[in-house]
Amino acid sequence: MRVTVTKRAFLPLAAAAMATVLAGCGSQIADPASAGSTASSGTSCVNTSGSSIKVGFINSLSGTMAISESTVFDSLSLAAEEINASGGVLGKQLEVISEDGASEPTKFAERAGKLIQQDCTAAVFGGWTSSSRKAMLPVFEANDALLFYPVQYEGLESSKNIFYTGATTNQQIIPALDYLAEQGTKSLFLVGSDYVFPRTANKIIQAYAAAKGIEILGEEYAPLGSTEFSTIVNKVRDSKADAVFNTLNGDSNVAFFRQYKSVGLTADSMPVVSVSIAEEEVPGVGLDNVQGQLTAWDYYQTLDTPANKKFVAAFKAKFGADRVTSDPMEAAYTSLYLWKAMVEKAASFDVDKVQAAADGVTFEAPEGLVTVNGDNNHITKTPRIGKINADGLIDTVWSSPAAVEPDPFLATYDWAKDLAK
Amino acid sequence: MELLIGQMFAGLSLGSVLLLAALGLSLTFGQMGVINMAHGEFMMAGAYTAFVVQQAISDAGASLLVSIPAGFLVGGVLGLVLEAVLLRRMYHRPLDTLLVTFGVALILQQAARDIFGAPSVDVRAPAWLQGNIELLGAPIPLTRLFILGLSLLCLAGLVLLLKATPLGRRIRAVVLNRDLAETSGVSTRRSDQLTFFIGSGLAGIAGVAVTLIGSTSPYLGTNYIVDAFLVVVAGGIGQIKGAVIAAFALGVLQSVFEYSTTASIGKVLILIVIVVFLQLRPQGIFSLITRSLA
Repeated sequence: MRVTVTKRAFLPLAAAAMATVLAGCGSQIADPASAGSTASSGTSCVNTSGSSIKVGFINSLSGTMAISESTVFDSLSLAAEEINASGGVLGKQLEVISEDGASEPTKFAERAGKLIQQDCTAAVFGGWTSSSRKAMLPVFEANDALLFYPVQYEGLESSKNIFYTGATTNQQIIPALDYLAEQGTKSLFLVGSDYVFPRTANKIIQAYAAAKGIEILGEEYAPLGSTEFSTIVNKVRDSKADAVFNTLNGDSNVAFFRQYKSVGLTADSMPVVSVSIAEEEVPGVGLDNVQGQLTAWDYYQTLDTPANKKFVAAFKAKFGADRVTSDPMEAAYTSLYLWKAMVEKAASFDVDKVQAAADGVTFEAPEGLVTVNGDNNHITKTPRIGKINADGLIDTVWSSPAAVEPDPFLATYDWAKDLAK
Repeated sequence: MELLIGQMFAGLSLGSVLLLAALGLSLTFGQMGVINMAHGEFMMAGAYTAFVVQQAISDAGASLLVSIPAGFLVGGVLGLVLEAVLLRRMYHRPLDTLLVTFGVALILQQAARDIFGAPSVDVRAPAWLQGNIELLGAPIPLTRLFILGLSLLCLAGLVLLLKATPLGRRIRAVVLNRDLAETSGVSTRRSDQLTFFIGSGLAGIAGVAVTLIGSTSPYLGTNYIVDAFLVVVAGGIGQIKGAVIAAFALGVLQSVFEYSTTASIGKVLILIVIVVFLQLRPQGIFSLITRSLA
């Protein structure tokens, strides 16, 4: 069924891409006047004279990341549709121009450049992997344009041209560790895929553990995509740790959880906390294999807030009752509304004015009220620990009492002093 | 002790997965000289066969038992088609077969994405394969035991076929000296087709087996193809007994390396061992003594 969605998304997309190349060329030649009308920002060519305003979506709609990123495209499309139905932004309808990053960081950088310079979009939304974000960052900084990035990441970054609406480490990993400590966890085993995010995350976990007296009994990495976990699960089992912290990525989770279970380890005997399995991934891993295991995110489909009920109902109405919502999808949905709120506060689409207005902007998101922190361009989020239930959805078992301020460089944590260097 | 047994078994079971993946390749690459990069995708086809069968037969145990012959057929037929449409035009041109079959691999991956979707699908293991038995305190996962048994069974079947049947004799005759076999009245055409059918069918069975340990996704084959080639090359091209020894030796070595270092370093060490070994013995563990002029 996913196939039809991607295909359905792809056809108009291809058409839109072609149309915008033509339209883009036209507008650059045809309306220097309107470019001038966008006030101070010298390089911007955003056309604010018409009844509509262009925004860009950039996601991998093909390649290995399409499986995850097409869901973000879906929830962004839903937000755009809702905003247009309720009158648009500053009275202008959103005209979405979508680009395919094709799971390649260089492609993301190139397409982002096109969205900014050729399509003259007022803001761009999307991206998933840290490598795609790192590739786009200089493009947005050089053009003084805006990117809204919706996925939890390893932190240690802040750009005035990027708004980070997913969790940073102190809104996901550290609360998960606090939860484990609260549950009496004295020892941990770390398992992750061998690349940037797990290694950075585990550095933070090591520092936390050293400060809080939690013993780390092992730290194992499997090559990306690896399906052979016999030795790792043997080491985990032998360590007799209280819990496992899992930063594996993608399909490795399937192999890991199957083999974990097959040596007799369960959610009761040794719980696993995962930071990259959401509602979308559960069917592929197999409910049998992960039921009862823990996850750390800021949003679950089962959250009982009015905004979330509305979001889930609208999403299922648009994309089908068998689809589920997840944390990155919610963060992407929220990002479009946050931009709308910033623009309305600034009463302008101008990037400088939007940046100046950003601090303190709020939105009643499905995950709860979020507030933009203008110092680091991240947002407040409410960390939640979830347990995978028999339906394959995730129930909240612990939630932070209040939204947590973003701290991408972990400056407020004494034990993390050496990490940010 | 407990850990030693656990690790020994991990090595053996990794070896059995490698053997299953390499057995068919040893036939098509080793005996026919075709570098079939789509071998991994034939495994993937077998894995998706298990998924489709499970949609039809909801009992996981029965569906697994049906999937094994079904996977063999699906893999075999794909191999037969590949041989008939493309490969028979390029025997004796191994580099061309590499490129062509790599293209076929990409096509099959995309086909799987279009048919089944990009996310991995869940093939459930039967209840009687869940859990483990204890051997002196070490947990021996039943799924891995099953795969070990299955690979030994496939091995026995293949050896029997090659050594004790007229078909096997014909295949061996063609491998040893194609022209002489042809002159002696052996249909090399038919022998090629059957060899390819069996080799690809074995990949299908391997695919069904690995659904028990990992994910069933369009990328499944890419996880195994390199290791399978390593086994065939290290074992000696065209040598089934070499492939068996190489598979289990690599499995056990890998688990030892991985245990004493990490998964990534273990992989590197294995590659170093193979490179050094092939320097000393370029022909692999065993080499084929043929009377052909080539």
